[in-house]
Amino acid sequence: MRLKELESLMQDIAPFEEPKVELEQYPTGPHIAARMLYTVANSFDEFDGQTVIDLGCGTAMLSIGAAMLGAQHVLGVDLDDDALRIAQQNVDEYEEALPIDFLRCDVRQVALQGRLKADTVVMNPPFGTRRKGTHTQSVNQPHNSTVCAGADMEFLRAAFQLSRNSVYSLHKSSTREFIQRLAERELRATSAEVLAQLRYDLPASYKFHKQKSKDIEVDLWRFEVPPQTDS
Amino acid sequence: MRLLCHNMLQCHIKGVVNGYPLKIEAEKVETRETDYEPDFLRHIFPRIQWDALREAAAAMGVDDLPESVSEEMLEDESFLKQFHHALLEVHLEQGALVCPETGRKFVVSDGIPNLLLREDEC
Repeated sequence: MRLKELESLMQDIAPFEEPKVELEQYPTGPHIAARMLYTVANSFDEFDGQTVIDLGCGTAMLSIGAAMLGAQHVLGVDLDDDALRIAQQNVDEYEEALPIDFLRCDVRQVALQGRLKADTVVMNPPFGTRRKGTHTQSVNQPHNSTVCAGADMEFLRAAFQLSRNSVYSLHKSSTREFIQRLAERELRATSAEVLAQLRYDLPASYKFHKQKSKDIEVDLWRFEVPPQTDS
Repeated sequence: MRLLCHNMLQCHIKGVVNGYPLKIEAEKVETRETDYEPDFLRHIFPRIQWDALREAAAAMGVDDLPESVSEEMLEDESFLKQFHHALLEVHLEQGALVCPETGRKFVVSDGIPNLLLREDEC
């Protein structure tokens, strides 16, 4: 599939109805999703015939893309019921049955699922810039308030648990050195490489955003996880 | 939820030792035809816990899987088709996944299992 086709495919996928600030539900832009998927498929051939986990899948843009590019099974994992409902609707839009399942689970708990593994993990994690406790909602509903400073790191740790081979992820370019250190020292990545720097056109989804939209620089990372000792 | 997904899930409540495999309580099961890909079945076979798959399939009304399996059977098309059907075509739409140790039920609603733990469980 060509990059342009992929991008227009991504444009048809419904975003969040009402993004939740405490979960940092920024939709992945069609352009950035397409670039990411295209790279996994064409530069590394890590979708075709493989199993995939889309961690923090939101409305399933990356899940659907991975399935379209030949993944034989995709598991979309998210905490948020509303997002998963839209994700399922997005999958059901397609006439053929896409090989996608969904699971409602907290990213901090999913790593305890020791048997849950896929060849490739893709994710567009929250950037971890909103701090916990800024909204009363999060105080009363501990399980709906998982996203706090450092959420991107929690996602990365979980992704390393869930992957057999590689992890593709987006992180703010400003965190590049930190991510590199985390991946290499704590997570013992075989490799950690920035494949591209992309501009993330963050729409003004929430009231606290003053500007209409804001471009931020993000890195597309590829990590190879250390060899597994499991069965 | 396909049984491929079920095969990888366990009860992850703190302190649970024998949380695998989760028993299936099926209220609504659907069958959806999927492309048959023998190469993928051979790729995934070594990771599948056969007893868990067989038991789960039986709970979903698919009871023709053989009791024991071997690598050689991956050349046998009639076996591969049974495996394909159980693993990828049968979906649990409504029901529950039950922890064999504690009896804790994880609800499956509209095909999506809810594995969120309560605070006192993690």
